[in-house]
Amino acid sequence: MNQFLAIVIDGVIYSSWLFIIAVGLTLIYGVMKILNVAHGSLYALGAYAATAFGGYWLAQGYPPMGSYGMLVLAAIFVGLVAGPLIERGLLRLVYGKEEVVLVLVTYAVFLILEDLTKLAFGVDPLSIPEPYGLLGSFEIGELMYPTYSLVLVLLSGFVAIALTLILGRTRQGKVLQAVIHDREMAAGVGINVSRVYLITFTVGVMLAALGGALTAPTISVQPGIAAEVIVLAFAVVVIGGLGSLGGAALGAVIVGMVRAWAVHKWPEVELFSVYAVMALVLIMRPKGLFAAPEARKI
Amino acid sequence: MLVGTLVVLLVAGPLLPRWAMFMLNVSLSWGTVVLGMMLLMRTGLVSFGQGLYYCLGAYAAGTLHHFYGIADILLMLLASLVLAGAGAFVLGFLLAKYRDIFFAMLSLAFSMILFGLLVKTSALGSTDGFGLSAKTLAGIPLGDWERNALYCTTVVVAFCAAFGIHRYLSSHQGRLAGAIRDNELRVEYMGASVRRVIHVNYVISAALSVVGGGLVGITIGHVDPEMAFWTTSGEFVFIAILAGTGSVLAPFLGATIFETVRSFAYEYSPNTWQLILGVTMLLVIMFLPGGLWSVFTRKRAA
Repeated sequence: MNQFLAIVIDGVIYSSWLFIIAVGLTLIYGVMKILNVAHGSLYALGAYAATAFGGYWLAQGYPPMGSYGMLVLAAIFVGLVAGPLIERGLLRLVYGKEEVVLVLVTYAVFLILEDLTKLAFGVDPLSIPEPYGLLGSFEIGELMYPTYSLVLVLLSGFVAIALTLILGRTRQGKVLQAVIHDREMAAGVGINVSRVYLITFTVGVMLAALGGALTAPTISVQPGIAAEVIVLAFAVVVIGGLGSLGGAALGAVIVGMVRAWAVHKWPEVELFSVYAVMALVLIMRPKGLFAAPEARKI
Repeated sequence: MLVGTLVVLLVAGPLLPRWAMFMLNVSLSWGTVVLGMMLLMRTGLVSFGQGLYYCLGAYAAGTLHHFYGIADILLMLLASLVLAGAGAFVLGFLLAKYRDIFFAMLSLAFSMILFGLLVKTSALGSTDGFGLSAKTLAGIPLGDWERNALYCTTVVVAFCAAFGIHRYLSSHQGRLAGAIRDNELRVEYMGASVRRVIHVNYVISAALSVVGGGLVGITIGHVDPEMAFWTTSGEFVFIAILAGTGSVLAPFLGATIFETVRSFAYEYSPNTWQLILGVTMLLVIMFLPGGLWSVFTRKRAA
């Protein structure tokens, strides 16, 4: 029973993390039909920016609680700089090409960002452990968990609810849905599609960076994290159905629970299990669990 | 032209300094893998999981040497070919139904499954992998000639692959590949089975990757799970884009350029290597959609 509880709690924590890193990817795909391979690099950028911002804050001797603000600020900063830069500078030039070509373009961006991060932050591992330990820990039964994980879970829930509300209840959200549904018609009724794309991409980048910034305190930030994270994020969004918000949440829960189960019961298949589930779902439902059926076009 | 290249490569290779021959050896093996990639691209499919077969080929060769003491180049290649051919035949049934990014994603998932398995299998060296080497070629002991023999095998294999694919592409079935990329539905209307063509092409491309992987494994003398990681597959995609799909020689040209630049970049500027790759890739996609090879053909047309 205790182990079951541990699996569920670990699964929830891992799922929340997965949701945060994957939701930006699905948002960008949903609106722009771009499977952004560079998402992982933007996650890494967020993590690096978090060590820089947070490190600066702590080095100045400001109250350590403020370092949480710096993590979020780092994510917003990365989003505002990298988002418009990539969208305006590059993606705008390739809209309308085949989806596979767009994947290759963002793969090129991934390669470029990999090295730019190395040039900017060096190749040695960086860390910012303070925010992780600051909140102490709490107990569930006999199990101890860091409070930081709880914050992660809550934040992930907050992101999910906020995005759902924005999409469904606000004018901007409705505009976005119109663009998703039919780009040309949306432009026809006077929606500034180009601006919608810019904002969507920037928000997507911000979410990727937020995932990185929130993860930074728990890991050592070093080259290679981008490549690991992006395939996980792929697995999550592909399982749920590309472009679906609910799908990303479901995908995160499935992957999170499967991995937590594997870690406890059968550690040898931990890494393998995630991709096995991904392959299995793709085989059963080629477009993911939540994807709507599409008309065949000639 | 093909025969001329073969003769030049066979004669010139052993005369080259050791490092250059090694580099050429790896390039040709990679070229063989990319040739398979090219065949898929001609069919309109981009696989982000070619590393699956590349890695399988290398591990099959390595396992033979490591556990069974068999160190014959031909036997190693043959074993990997049989193993992965069977695998590709089975997976082909599934993958032939997928297109676009879903094909890319599912092939990626399969290669990551292999990666995940290998990383956790301590009998196969986990993340470190293990070493291997070749001692005989078709039963003939090689002794000091190991490098040269390996090189010549690679050249012959690469030549046969290129020639075979060249013939295949001008056959009835081969020509369907381009037609499928252009308009799948019309191909179906004309009575050809799109799924079967994709299946066959997938198995061929897997076979080429496997052989290339086996050759690289023996040449480098080491295999590790990184070979199945998606970034390795990404490099194959990169070379295929860089080289273009215009000719069966393009992948080999692309792979040689790639290997050469990589070797020097690692030496002089290890932290900007991927930056160069990324920028090159963007430039090629934007300004040279047919890849480097299209430079030659464009000139000829003009």
